[in-house]
Amino acid sequence: MTGTHHYRDLILRNLRQSGIFIAFVAIVLLFTQLTDGTLLSPGNLTNIVLQYSYILVLAIGMVIVIIGGHIDLSVGSVAAFAGAVSGILVIKEGMPWWVGVLAAIGVGIAAGAWQGFWVAFVGIPAFITTLAGMLLFRGATWYVLGSISLSPFPKQYQEIGNGFANGWLGGDGYDLFTVLIFAFAVVGYAVGTWRSRQARIAYNQSVESIILFILKIVVVGVVVMAFAWQLAQDRGLPYVLIILGVLIMAYTIITTRTVFGRHVYAIGGNLTAATLSGVKVKWVNFGILLNMGFLAGVAGVLYSARTNSAQPGAGNLFELDAIAASFIGGAAVTGGVGRVTGAMVGGLIMAVLSNGMSLMGLGLPEQQMVKGLVLLLAVAFDVYNKRRAGTK
Amino acid sequence: MSTILQMQGITKEFPGVKALEDVTLTVEEGEIHAICGENGAGKSTLMKVLSGVYPYGTYDGDIVFEGEVARFHSINESERAGIVIIHQELALVPHLTVAENIFLGNERRGRTGLINWNRANHEATDLMNQVGLHENPLTPVSQLGVGKQQLIEIAKALSKEVKLLILDEPTAALNDVDSAHLLDLLRSLKKRGITSIMISHKLNEIESVADTTTVIRDGKTIEQLDMSEADVDQDRMIRGMVGRDLEHRYPAHEPHIGEEVFRVKDWTVYHPTQQDRVIIEDASFFIRAGEVVGLAGLMGAGRTELAMSLFGRSYGRAHSGTILKDGKELHLRTVSDAISAGIAYVTEDRKKYGLNLIDNVRRNISAAALFKLTRNGWVNGNEELKVAEEYRQSMNIKTPTVMQTVNNLSGGNQQKVVLSKWIYTDADVVILDEPTRGIDVGAKYEIFTIVNRLAAEGKAVLVISSELPELLGTCDRIYALAFGRITGVVDVADATQEGLMKLMTQERSAANGGAEEMEQAQS
Repeated sequence: MTGTHHYRDLILRNLRQSGIFIAFVAIVLLFTQLTDGTLLSPGNLTNIVLQYSYILVLAIGMVIVIIGGHIDLSVGSVAAFAGAVSGILVIKEGMPWWVGVLAAIGVGIAAGAWQGFWVAFVGIPAFITTLAGMLLFRGATWYVLGSISLSPFPKQYQEIGNGFANGWLGGDGYDLFTVLIFAFAVVGYAVGTWRSRQARIAYNQSVESIILFILKIVVVGVVVMAFAWQLAQDRGLPYVLIILGVLIMAYTIITTRTVFGRHVYAIGGNLTAATLSGVKVKWVNFGILLNMGFLAGVAGVLYSARTNSAQPGAGNLFELDAIAASFIGGAAVTGGVGRVTGAMVGGLIMAVLSNGMSLMGLGLPEQQMVKGLVLLLAVAFDVYNKRRAGTK
Repeated sequence: MSTILQMQGITKEFPGVKALEDVTLTVEEGEIHAICGENGAGKSTLMKVLSGVYPYGTYDGDIVFEGEVARFHSINESERAGIVIIHQELALVPHLTVAENIFLGNERRGRTGLINWNRANHEATDLMNQVGLHENPLTPVSQLGVGKQQLIEIAKALSKEVKLLILDEPTAALNDVDSAHLLDLLRSLKKRGITSIMISHKLNEIESVADTTTVIRDGKTIEQLDMSEADVDQDRMIRGMVGRDLEHRYPAHEPHIGEEVFRVKDWTVYHPTQQDRVIIEDASFFIRAGEVVGLAGLMGAGRTELAMSLFGRSYGRAHSGTILKDGKELHLRTVSDAISAGIAYVTEDRKKYGLNLIDNVRRNISAAALFKLTRNGWVNGNEELKVAEEYRQSMNIKTPTVMQTVNNLSGGNQQKVVLSKWIYTDADVVILDEPTRGIDVGAKYEIFTIVNRLAAEGKAVLVISSELPELLGTCDRIYALAFGRITGVVDVADATQEGLMKLMTQERSAANGGAEEMEQAQS
C-alpha cells in the first residue's frame, strides 16, 4: 500500500467518524444565520436541552440496540406506559414523587425483560417483538389511564424535567455553579484525553500531533464554555442535563470498556464468529433489550415530568426519532458499528433542525419532510462508504 | 463425434494467487466428461469461467463452444448458448413449488403477460417425467429430499434447452440409491445427445459413468484420460491427482510426544435439520501432548462438522459418544464450555466464522479470551493493547498498528490474527481447520512454524486438511475421514499420498465390500 493510498484511507475513515460533527456545526451555523442568532440565545439553548432530553436518553439505548444488529420500535409506548404508571401512583394514589420515579423505571425494566425474553430466548426478531410491544404497551397505557390525561404532578416531580440548579453559589447576572460545573468537565476532558494520549505513546501507538491535540482541546473547551455561559445567563443548569450527562458518560464507558459492550459490537459485527468465540449471545441480546427498557423508563419519567402529566398519547413516534438519531450518528444498518456520542450528535442534529425551523416559523409538515430527507442522506452516506470499502 | 467445447490456454488470476494457469479442456459432443482433482485444484474456478460467472475479459484464453468463440459476460449469456451449471449448493427456493422453481427466471407467460400456470404446471410435469421424478408439480420444494431436489435442478436445466450440462459434485449430498439414480439419468441424457461435465471426488462413480476424465492439479491440466482404456482405473486417477513433485518445504518438526491428552470415542452426529442423515458416524481418535495429528478428508467428508460438533456442539444434533481430556470425560454443551475446558477451534472460513472484519486486530485477538483481561466486567484496555502488541510481534502479523481494521489485512495475516486469538485462550487442544486455505506459500510456512511451536509447548494439535503434501510434511500421525467415518490411521513414516487418497475416497459400500473380500480371502 503506497503512502498516498494510506492517507486517503485515513481521511476517508475519519470523515465517516468526524463527518457527523462537521455536519452538526454546519447546521448550527446555518440556523444561527437564518434565525438572526436566536438559535444560540440563552433561553433557546435551554429549551432545546429540555425539549429533546428524552429523545437523547432513548437514543443512547437505541444505538446499543442497533449496534447489536436489532431495532426497537416500542420505546415510545414503553415510555408512555412508564409515565402512566407513575401518574397513577403519584397523582391518583397520592404516593410520594420518588415512588413514581422508581415505579416508572421498574416498568421500563420489566418491559425490557419481557421483550428481551422473546428476542433472546424464543428467537423472535426484534422488529416483530417490539412492533408487538409498541401495540401492547400503547394499549396498556390507554387501559391504565382510561384514555384520559392525569395532572398535575407534585412540585418535586416536575422539577426533574423543568428544574434548574441555580443560585447555589451565586454569581452576578449568571449562575456561577453552572459555569464551574462545565469548567470542571472541560478540565476533566482535557486531563482524560491527555492521559489516554500518554498511554498510547507508552504503548507505541500512533497519536495525532501535539498541535492538533491542543487545538482539539481548545476548540472543545471554548464551545463547551460558550454553551455553559449561555445556560448560566438564563435559568442555570437544568437537572435533565445532569441526568443526561451522567448517562452519556456511563454508557460511553459501558460500550467501550466493558465485556458487555464488547460483546454487543461482536455479535453485531459477526454473529457466528462471536458465537464461536464463546460469547453468550442470548444473554447479551437479553441485556441489550433490558437496558433499552430501563432507558425508556427514564425517558418516561423525564417526559411526564416535563409535560407535568401522564398522557395516553405520550411518546408517540419517539422511537423513530431515536432510531433516526442513531443512524444519523453513524450507526451501521447492518450492525456492529456505532457510538453513543455519535447518536447524541445525531439527536442534536434532529433537535437543532426542528428547533431552528420552528423559530423560522416553519410548521410540523416542513420539519417532518426535512428530517426524513436528512435521515435518508445520512444512511445513504453510510451505504456509499461501505460500498467503497467493499470494492477496494 | 465432434468437439462441442474447447477451452484453450485458460489463465485466471486473483490478487496474489494464480488459480488457473494455461488450462486446456476438450469435451466431445454427447459424452460424459469428468473433471477430478484435489480441493483447490481449480475445478470450480474453471467451471465459473466457462459459465460466465467470471465474465469475459477477467481471464486469459479462449472458449470455443460449438465452433464459435464464446464471450460470456454473465451467466445469462452462457445459459442462452445452452450451457447450464448446477452448483453443489442447490439454488432452489424452498417455499416455492416444484413448477415455480423449474421456471424461475424463465416464467411461462401467456399473451397477456401474466404467467400461465396451467401451461407451466403441465410442462413441469413433462420435464419431471424426463428426469424420473414423479411428484405433484405443486409440492413445495422444501418437502422433497435432497436427491429429488437435485433432479429438479436438472429438470430446470432441461427447460432451458441445455446442450452442455455441468454438475458440480452432484452426488456429494446424496445417499447410494439417489446417487445411482442420478448416474442413470446422466446416461439417459447422454443418449438424448446432451453433453455433461461432472466434477466429482467419487472416483468409482467417475469410473462407472464417464467417457473421458480430465485431471487438474494446482491450477493446471495434468492429463486427459480415456476411460475406455484398460489401464485407466481409480489408482491411475489418484496418481494423476496427487503426483506432484514433493519439493515442498515445511519447517522441520521433531516430535516430543507425551501422554494422551484428548480422546474421542464413538462420536456420532446427525444433520441439524434432516432427520435421519448421519453426518459423523462412530468417529474415534486420540491426540497426545506434543503431537500434530492430521485429519485428511475431501470436501463433504464431514471434517468441519466433526470438529465443530466437538467444539461445544456448534454443529449438528443428537450428539452421542464421549470426549475425554486427560482421561476425564467432558460434557461440552456450549462454546464457552469448550473454551474453558481448554479446547480451541480455528475455523476454515476465517472471514465468516473467525473474525469480526469491521473491528480491529486488537479486539479480534482478545475476543475469545476476554475473561483474561477483565475484572468485574471491566476490560483492561491497556493490558489488552499490550497483549495484542505481543502477538503482533511473536506471530509476525504485518500491520502498521494493532488498531488496524482486520478487513484491510492480507489472508495470511488475518489467519495469524485468528491463530493469536485462539492461542491466547491457553488451550491444550488446538484444532486447526484448513489453516492454510487461501494464503500464499510464504505465509503457509509461517503458519506451520507456529503449529510446530504449539506442539513443542506440549499442546495436542489436530490439523484438518485436504492437501495431502501439507499433512505429510507436518503431521506425526494422520487419520483419514471419508463420508463421515474415520477409515484409517497411518503413521506419517508409512503414509503415502496414494494410500491416503484411497482411504479418503473409500465409500461405505466399498469399505464393507473390502472387508468381506478380506474375510473370504482369510477363510
